[in-house]
Amino acid sequence: MTRFLISFLFCWLAVPAWAALDPSLVRQLTEEDSDRRIEAIQQLLVLPEAAPLLQAMADDGLMVGEDRVFIFTGETALDAATGEPIAPAPEAYESVMVNNRIRSALANALAAQKLSDTDAQVRLEAARELQSNAGLELVPALARALKTESDPTILDLLALAHAKASLESPDPEARLAAVTDLGARGSREARSLLLPLAEEAGEPDARVRAAATESLREIESRLAIGEFLGQIFSGLSLGSILLLAALGLAITYGVMGVINMAHGELLMVGAYTAFLVQTVFRTYLPEYLDWYVLAAIPTAFVAAALVGMVLERTVIRRLYGRPLETLLATWGLSLILIQAARVLFGAQNVEVANPTWMSGGVEVMAGLVLPWNRVFILGFSLFVLGLIWVLMQKTRLGLFVRAVTQNRPMAGCVGVPTGRVDTLAFGLGAGIAGLGGVALSQIANVGPDMGQGYIVDSFLVVVLGGVGQLAGAVWAALGLGVVTKFMEGWWGAVIAKIVVLVIVIAFIQKRPQGLFALKGRFVES
Amino acid sequence: MDRRSFIKFSGVTLAMAAAGVTSLPVLAANTIKVGILHSLSGTMAISETALKETALMTIDEINRKGGVLGRKLEPVVVDPASNWPLFAEKARQLLAQDKVAVVFGCWTSVSRKSVLPVFKELNGLLFYPVQYEGEELEKNVFYTGAAPNQQAIPAVEYLMSKDGGSAKRFVLLGTDYVYPRTTNKILRAFLKSKGVAESDIMEEYTPFGHSDYQTIIAKIKKFASEGKKTAVVSTINGDSNVPFYKELGNAGLKATDVPVVAFSVGEEELRGVDTKPLVGHLAAWNYFQSIKNPTNDAFIKMYRAWAKKNRLPKADSVVTNDPMEATYIGIHMWKQAVEKAKTTDVDKVIAAMAGQTFKAPSGFVVKMDERNHHLHKPVFIGEVRADGQFNVVWKTKGPVRAAPWSPYIPGNDKKKDTPA
Repeated sequence: MTRFLISFLFCWLAVPAWAALDPSLVRQLTEEDSDRRIEAIQQLLVLPEAAPLLQAMADDGLMVGEDRVFIFTGETALDAATGEPIAPAPEAYESVMVNNRIRSALANALAAQKLSDTDAQVRLEAARELQSNAGLELVPALARALKTESDPTILDLLALAHAKASLESPDPEARLAAVTDLGARGSREARSLLLPLAEEAGEPDARVRAAATESLREIESRLAIGEFLGQIFSGLSLGSILLLAALGLAITYGVMGVINMAHGELLMVGAYTAFLVQTVFRTYLPEYLDWYVLAAIPTAFVAAALVGMVLERTVIRRLYGRPLETLLATWGLSLILIQAARVLFGAQNVEVANPTWMSGGVEVMAGLVLPWNRVFILGFSLFVLGLIWVLMQKTRLGLFVRAVTQNRPMAGCVGVPTGRVDTLAFGLGAGIAGLGGVALSQIANVGPDMGQGYIVDSFLVVVLGGVGQLAGAVWAALGLGVVTKFMEGWWGAVIAKIVVLVIVIAFIQKRPQGLFALKGRFVES
Repeated sequence: MDRRSFIKFSGVTLAMAAAGVTSLPVLAANTIKVGILHSLSGTMAISETALKETALMTIDEINRKGGVLGRKLEPVVVDPASNWPLFAEKARQLLAQDKVAVVFGCWTSVSRKSVLPVFKELNGLLFYPVQYEGEELEKNVFYTGAAPNQQAIPAVEYLMSKDGGSAKRFVLLGTDYVYPRTTNKILRAFLKSKGVAESDIMEEYTPFGHSDYQTIIAKIKKFASEGKKTAVVSTINGDSNVPFYKELGNAGLKATDVPVVAFSVGEEELRGVDTKPLVGHLAAWNYFQSIKNPTNDAFIKMYRAWAKKNRLPKADSVVTNDPMEATYIGIHMWKQAVEKAKTTDVDKVIAAMAGQTFKAPSGFVVKMDERNHHLHKPVFIGEVRADGQFNVVWKTKGPVRAAPWSPYIPGNDKKKDTPA
């Protein structure tokens, strides 16, 4: 986003004419041969006045047509060499093809120019950009920036980029310094760059080879920690998704004992609500579009809870105490809900976009990037968990629900309206599923049969955790997530799925009551 | 089969029976029935729905110009719901009950393999519009998508070239079924023949509909940090591509560091994704919407008008892609063949198909090979742009003849280039 703004700013500033560039150099940018074009970019990179031209090229805005090279921003055509407006703009033109190699050269050239910007934020972005693919041609620019830079974060990044770029230096002393420096600060990309230097084929100087081997060891130990933490995080992230999918079921099945095969479809109701809220925001409140997720959360809760309560009132309540019939009936309900979604929204997946604040990720340490959407969902699942705990433990409704599940006749005797409590409790479970649906819409595809993929996992979590135990569901979900992710790391996704199921089956055989067993009177019923 | 899909099945069979009864009288009308067999729900709907629309549009175009042999075409659309056995059932329904003259359909190779026995048994005619792994040559099928030498091999060659980033290590990532497995087998042999070591190739598979790509991305990152330039070859199919590319963007894996070239991702699949973080990732196809020529302009215009007229979802942003072009070519070639044979009889049409040519939206005149049932097609490699379209960065000089039996699979040199 910031890059975009910056480029926009540049284009804005670029409207007045700039000092003329060498037309033959500009022409060279449009040649067939990538080597020649990169050569031209590297020559242009030292000229500050070439910035708008390079930026335009990186944004696919550099055109060739009618024997002229020009920058076309949609309305006005500017001559690429002089910056003078061309009127009328040429009729037939083609944008100058930019492939990855050119794009990376352009990005580096632009970043190198921005190193002397007065805004520290711009310099920081530029220094970040230079972390990958920095070549020898950038060493002078980096060295210059290192001398003038005062911000410690930027300085650190610049030193890193400088070291990476000087690995190609013909001078063994410079290489040695770079190799040692990379050992202290380098991460993943540095490792990739150092590996060839540790071998005789890639590095003639023995001292540099030894230093590279040493630096690699340092980097690898650092990376190993990051990698391990990364696996734990992705496990927790998967666990939090499983938990959100299963928490509603933990209430309806775990606490109330209703085998609800339509649970996955309640997730779907939540996800489609998120889609609808997004559509409403897009149409009526486009300036707040980024915050539609926050509005979707309560809406989805209410929508799914209403659907749940209707199901309970119309079908499920007539089947209490008859688990097999409940199973069949809710299964039928799930098919009805899927078809209803197909009729209403079409059979194809609908697009639910991540808001900008949930796109991208944060690099917490070398080699460990945490995507924002996953961090958000992890936090959200904790929030939902807290919400349920408060509801069940601290409110009158929670008290009633617990009383009814423990001893229905007795609760009825002391005046608890058991019928209404059932409806409300089922509604609560369904509403929680709706919240899970909102979270899923940010990660997975939203379609009519999305719920089917989660029903098995949800039951797995609840049964493994121990029926009737919310705490059990939490441990089971997070445990399953972490175990699955470690197995995926070793054997791949297909085998991991099988192995996890085998483990769960074996575990249930040994311990049918799940991780946590209920104690007391409720158990035998 | 689990109980849920059993119920679905029985429901579907009942519905089929009902449909069969009601559609009988229509048979009498003087039309030519053509079947359209694409998943309109389930994991493949993201890709296949647009092909159904393209087929309907093309049929409408032909009908407006007077039909075929003076008769109008009547499309029969069925939804096999991304369910492979259901594909076979629906195919049987189309051929045996509706008596269609030809079927346009299938996307995944597993669905094609599942309908093959039906087409052979009932001597039907299938036009298959998607790039695939080769290793097949059936009398009853015309393949209008690319064989490996028209897509996969050139794409990997490009990655190994200087402009493609001189990749030395490869991650072969796919959905777990026959197309990715076979393609990767071919690519592995090809890479070996180019001197890539076994340890520089990583193969990974995920189930259909997989949506958690964290581990895979972490693995790719690790693999890419082992000293040589790495590229990813993705044969992920269906809606898994959306979470895959989302995760790729969020994890900050840029195309300039680790380019991903995809064989089953085109303009349509990227509609649901924010493509700004994906700029520079690649796809290899025989057509891109961004190709500029009058035939393509007309094709795009026609599809846009069709989408608007039929109120397709998000009609203002519809895109065209390679399998849509292949569907379009297929239907037109079938029409030409029927007109040449002066009948819709399957065997005569098959004979008439040989050597048919058509001016395709890719800007080239494509030709149906005289012998091997595959098209001669040009190959393009494109990089994703910020607007979800592709920039063509490499292309062949002209159409390439398909080699369905890849020379990189041992024993293929003995196989005949004509259907048995």
